[in-house]
Amino acid sequence: MSDTASPTTTPTRTLPEVTVLFAGDSGDGMQLTGGQFSHATALARNDLATLPDFPAEIRAPAGTLYGVSAFQLHFGERAIHTPGDEVDLLVAMNAAALKVNLGRVRSGGTIIVNRNSFAQRDLDLASYESNPLEDGSLEGYDVVEVELTKLTREALADFDLSTKDTDRSKNMFALGLALWMYTRPIEPAREWIRGKFATNETIRDANLTVLNKGYHYGDITEAFAARYEVPPAKLDPGVYRTIKGNDALALGLVAATVKSGLKIFYGTYPITPASDLLHALSRYKEFGLRTFQAEDEIAAVGSALGASFGGGLGVTATSGPGVALKTEFIGLATMTELPLVVIDVQRAGPSTGMPTKTEQSDLMMAIYGRNGEAPAPVLAAKTPGDCFEAAYEAARIAVKYMTPVLLLSDGYLGNGSEPWRIPDPDALPDFPVHFADSEDAPTDEDGTFLPYVRDAETLARPWAKPGTPALEHRLGGLEKDERTGGVSYDPENHQRMTVLRAEKIAGITRELPPLEVEGDDNGEVLVIGWGSTYGAIKAAVNHIRDESDLRVGHVHLRWLNPLPADLGEVIERFGRVLVPELNHGQLVRLLRERYLIPAVSLPKIQGLPFKASEIQDAIRAAASNAN
Amino acid sequence: MSDDQKPKGVKPAGLPTGAKPAGPPKAAKPAGPPKAAKPAGPPGAKAVKPPARPALRPPKPPTARVVGAPAEGDGEAHGLPVLTRKDFATPADVRWCPGCGDYAVLAAVQRVLPELTEKKEDVVFISGIGCSSRFPYYMNTYGMHSIHGRAPTVATGLKSSRPELDVWVITGDGDALSIGAGHFAHMLRRNVDLQVILFNNQIYGLTKGQYSPTSEVGKVTKSSPYGSLDHPFNPAALALGADASFVARTMDRDPKHMQAMLRRAHAHRGTAFVEVYQNCNIFNDGAFFDFTEKDSKPERTVFVEHGQPLVYDDGTKGIMLDGVTLRSVNLDDGNRSTDDCLVWDEGDKTLAFLVIQQLFWNDALPRPFGVFYIEDRPAYDAMLQEQVEAVTEKKGEGDLRALLHAGATWTIS
Ligand code: SF4
Repeated sequence: MSDTASPTTTPTRTLPEVTVLFAGDSGDGMQLTGGQFSHATALARNDLATLPDFPAEIRAPAGTLYGVSAFQLHFGERAIHTPGDEVDLLVAMNAAALKVNLGRVRSGGTIIVNRNSFAQRDLDLASYESNPLEDGSLEGYDVVEVELTKLTREALADFDLSTKDTDRSKNMFALGLALWMYTRPIEPAREWIRGKFATNETIRDANLTVLNKGYHYGDITEAFAARYEVPPAKLDPGVYRTIKGNDALALGLVAATVKSGLKIFYGTYPITPASDLLHALSRYKEFGLRTFQAEDEIAAVGSALGASFGGGLGVTATSGPGVALKTEFIGLATMTELPLVVIDVQRAGPSTGMPTKTEQSDLMMAIYGRNGEAPAPVLAAKTPGDCFEAAYEAARIAVKYMTPVLLLSDGYLGNGSEPWRIPDPDALPDFPVHFADSEDAPTDEDGTFLPYVRDAETLARPWAKPGTPALEHRLGGLEKDERTGGVSYDPENHQRMTVLRAEKIAGITRELPPLEVEGDDNGEVLVIGWGSTYGAIKAAVNHIRDESDLRVGHVHLRWLNPLPADLGEVIERFGRVLVPELNHGQLVRLLRERYLIPAVSLPKIQGLPFKASEIQDAIRAAASNAN
Repeated sequence: MSDDQKPKGVKPAGLPTGAKPAGPPKAAKPAGPPKAAKPAGPPGAKAVKPPARPALRPPKPPTARVVGAPAEGDGEAHGLPVLTRKDFATPADVRWCPGCGDYAVLAAVQRVLPELTEKKEDVVFISGIGCSSRFPYYMNTYGMHSIHGRAPTVATGLKSSRPELDVWVITGDGDALSIGAGHFAHMLRRNVDLQVILFNNQIYGLTKGQYSPTSEVGKVTKSSPYGSLDHPFNPAALALGADASFVARTMDRDPKHMQAMLRRAHAHRGTAFVEVYQNCNIFNDGAFFDFTEKDSKPERTVFVEHGQPLVYDDGTKGIMLDGVTLRSVNLDDGNRSTDDCLVWDEGDKTLAFLVIQQLFWNDALPRPFGVFYIEDRPAYDAMLQEQVEAVTEKKGEGDLRALLHAGATWTIS
């Protein structure tokens, strides 16, 4: 442990960007390894994007193909928008991890394998007919065989640890080796180990020892021709941290509670991949926000709406199956015209689908999935860091327009991380809140409160909370009289109320900023995307514009409902519209219907984000059809 | 202080920060069952004035906004206008069928509320869906007619974020025990500080007469022309099984008893569950006539009262505990006296289970009414409030800028 400063004998080469993939058993700690490598990379000032990819089973049987857990990381000196199309370095902790992930490695890429996990039993579990390390099937790759298990055991021979505990440390060997290969700092990982195992000195020291062994292994073996250096990225000035989408959502909600003065009540039920939001928010009680782990998804949203009735801001978050259960309450929020934020961290469906895999297939459900005419604003976050602003915006709109708002994130954003320039709280948009009181509330000639008399501009009704004298009123799911809020079965009133509720939501377009068109302002192809595909589309559009004369623009929609008023105008400036989505074609249908255009769909429904190259191919194809 | 006085939103006396909810204090149990010397009066009258159980009540905080019952003469001492029954009525036409038992509950609530609160703007009624769930429209307070079975969820969110409000849940047998059974049980175990009135009419009224989860087996209805097959719930037993901290039963045709139960429910801190036997004269007329009508009521009902022996039928019969079995005994043949009868202890859960379960669907035994069980344990909303305060005290008021900058950061200039 004292030799960390020993001189490096291996030459160092500089690269503009690199993609690394750690893969192993779900019990091998690959997510931790990837997370620590990302952390070191952020501190090395690179831009980065990550893709954690793990099975739904918590501990799948060891060595199996379906038990493989992986963490992909793309970092560079230039702006990084995707977790990387092709992997430069694969660290495979066993045969199954190699089998599952080999296809992602570029030809000529480096593969580090744990030589000790290629016995006959490992090969059988991974369905290998012959040993890939011996049968020549890895020709064309730079394969480095490391006896990870053996070296770890040797390193810990003097420790009083079971074989099981010893073997659990081998991911630290892999981490140390990868840090060495890419000349990342090792100290952040050490600090993390010291903190994590503060109460167990033996485990702490074992992990530190193995981490060091891995770091120095490269110099000792001469198996590596070179180390690599990725220079710092030129990011905008500011203070940065790395952030995952789910954590950014939590911070956005805290910011909303601070700026509005409204107490957030977060009612939720555990569900993959949204639970981390509860884990984060439940720690922030000093901001006055309350978290409530309800008995089910319905109680989660019901309690949130109850809190909104009480003058708080009710928020609930879930994934697709949970939204399905919450739909009746979202309709009640529409009818009672109370603020409510519903966050959907989408995952592959239908039904239970693939809980740990990402997808964007809840768009239609978010916009239309309720009984009756129940319009609701729908917005989406585009990067992990952008989840912060999206959450803040969702809360602000819910209160300003007295409406439920659906905010779409997804598993890729929720678990993925990136360097994030920390926003200045003072620079956030204002978040004014007004509660009606007996002085200013609309009343009839007898002085009775009229809870459905609207603000002329926003069409929002007044928010009168219990405890306010003279404004006692009853809300409910039955159709409301246009003024009194009393129960009404009047046919004309129902039509007027239905139109009013729709106009209120449509009116949100008034405050949307002009659309930003990235790339070319007019030309052959306009790529329209939403949500987590932002990075892949941006990378693809940049690439096409660099390599060809094609004029390609990119619009990424924050608001899916209502659609921005100037979208039609932008569309007219391009020959063709391409809509890449991680679903079977949902936004594309909305655009075709709304603008009567033959928009081209690029659907991907594999539980994985787009590769930039997939979108590049589609842009080229759309361009050739446009002429 | 009166038993009816309920300090809302005040943390339980003596509950340390972050402490595990304590069990019922030892003092909850009476020192020993007092033997009743005199025979009990007529059943309808005896439960009106509940015995005081001072050991269970936390001390009244100086800021308590609850006025005493006018009868106690301190209603005006606060210098605030005293509300009347009329203040709680809305101009909305009450749309229940004429003769429906729901009217009696509405009248009882409107009658007792002026005694229980001086600020009607702090009172909120939350209901689900069903005939009874129209209730909030007829109360001139804040209210929400929510979703079928989901009133407990709305009420839990409301009370947990605004513990100072006085929240009531109005529900029915279909609403609470069929579509909303899950939420009902979870509300009770959490012990959110609110009152739940369950209108049990053993039928679906609003959907025009299907059997409900409390209908007796074999019930012939529109949806069960050959008789229903479902075994019914006993709502009070279900509530007790879900660890409700207050369980009571009353009936639409005994307004005095109902008012007494409402007062006691309101005085309880935690979820106070009151089951009301309510006649649906359109689809299930007479379902409870055995218990509510003059001719059969004395013989078919027993009104439990803390510290009193279980006697009924004008004092001629009693309930005796024989091993773990309850038996009816004659008190007028000289062989047995009230000394042989089971003495009610509303702090004893075992007794509560025995009586609720054995005196049910058994025509040979009377049906019990009154407060079956009461337990003083911390309310969810108070504990949540306390946790928020404790964390804030420990960590200091949240600082957004510091939170955003937490963890490893780096500066690019
Ligand atoms: S249907 Fe029955 S319960 Fe409903 S209002 Fe009429 S009488 Fe009352």
